[in-house]
Amino acid sequence: MKRLILPMVFVTGTALAQRSGLEFASPEIRRLQASEAENPGMLWVDEGEKLFAAQCASCHASMKGVAARYPRIVAGKVVTLETKVRHRVPFAYESEPLLALTAYIASQSRGLPIGQHLSEKDVAKGKAEYLRRRGQMNLACTNCHDANAGKRLGAETVSEGQPNGYPTYRLRWQTLGSLERRLRACFSGVHAEMPAYGDPRLLELEAYLAWRGRGLAIEAPAVRP
Amino acid sequence: MKLLAALLLPIAAWAGNAEQGRAIATASAEASCILCHAIPGARGPAGNIGPPLAGVGARLRPEELKARIVDASRINPETVMPPYGRTGGLHQVAARYRGKPLLTPGQIDDVVAFLLTLQ
Repeated sequence: MKRLILPMVFVTGTALAQRSGLEFASPEIRRLQASEAENPGMLWVDEGEKLFAAQCASCHASMKGVAARYPRIVAGKVVTLETKVRHRVPFAYESEPLLALTAYIASQSRGLPIGQHLSEKDVAKGKAEYLRRRGQMNLACTNCHDANAGKRLGAETVSEGQPNGYPTYRLRWQTLGSLERRLRACFSGVHAEMPAYGDPRLLELEAYLAWRGRGLAIEAPAVRP
Repeated sequence: MKLLAALLLPIAAWAGNAEQGRAIATASAEASCILCHAIPGARGPAGNIGPPLAGVGARLRPEELKARIVDASRINPETVMPPYGRTGGLHQVAARYRGKPLLTPGQIDDVVAFLLTLQ
């Protein structure tokens, strides 16, 4: 029991003083993200705007504020922005049209706070996933992103693992990617079984992260190392 | 009895190869020590998630060093340090790593031998 209580105290404690990944990034990356002309993620936003006009606008008017209310809980299940966008056309995960549409829709909520619609009870399963040690390295999300945020892992600075910048252009990917892709990278990093895209564990984690980071402003498309 | 013998043996009698241990500890690999610990004389960026290893060979005995590498959670249940020599009691391990420790017993002995040089 003692093992469980300690990380939970951590999580509750840090939820009040969240720091966006942007605060852990270099000045060059901050500059890139802030520049409409140079932020590489804006290419997907522009493409998504065209796709939206062609395929979605006949039913949906403005997308302003919509992304801030995702992930949602519908009949006890987590619906992320990706799973919602796929409701009509089942675009492949990480495909260009899905990244473009989610980047455009998320960008329409830039500056708005995330997670305000979620309660701790909504995200209990995701919290359990967040606190569960897994993989050959026996690490839980909380071991790095609460207990060691701000410290260095080799040349990298460990961030709090906040979700408010996704979809995000990562320099290491040389492309835009979803939060699920980022979460899978951590599963791979600790040598854990890799959940498929759309796996309930990833969706529950996304919902928990939105609640944990509640109040942080949406930055999508963010730029990260 | 084995443990007692190990404690009484002089450092030079430790079986590992310190040079190979240095290579393992400072490699630019996924689970190398330098990702989290500053290591005297090592090149490249070191992490600071764990304590610096300068002088660790003077602070801890060989068996204590080995125990921390094999499974640091035996000493501190909340540790962030991966268990380099344990394969049991882990969850959702990817198939290709299942049943395999991060380091072999021989590699762990090499790392211990290297750490003992950090006086």
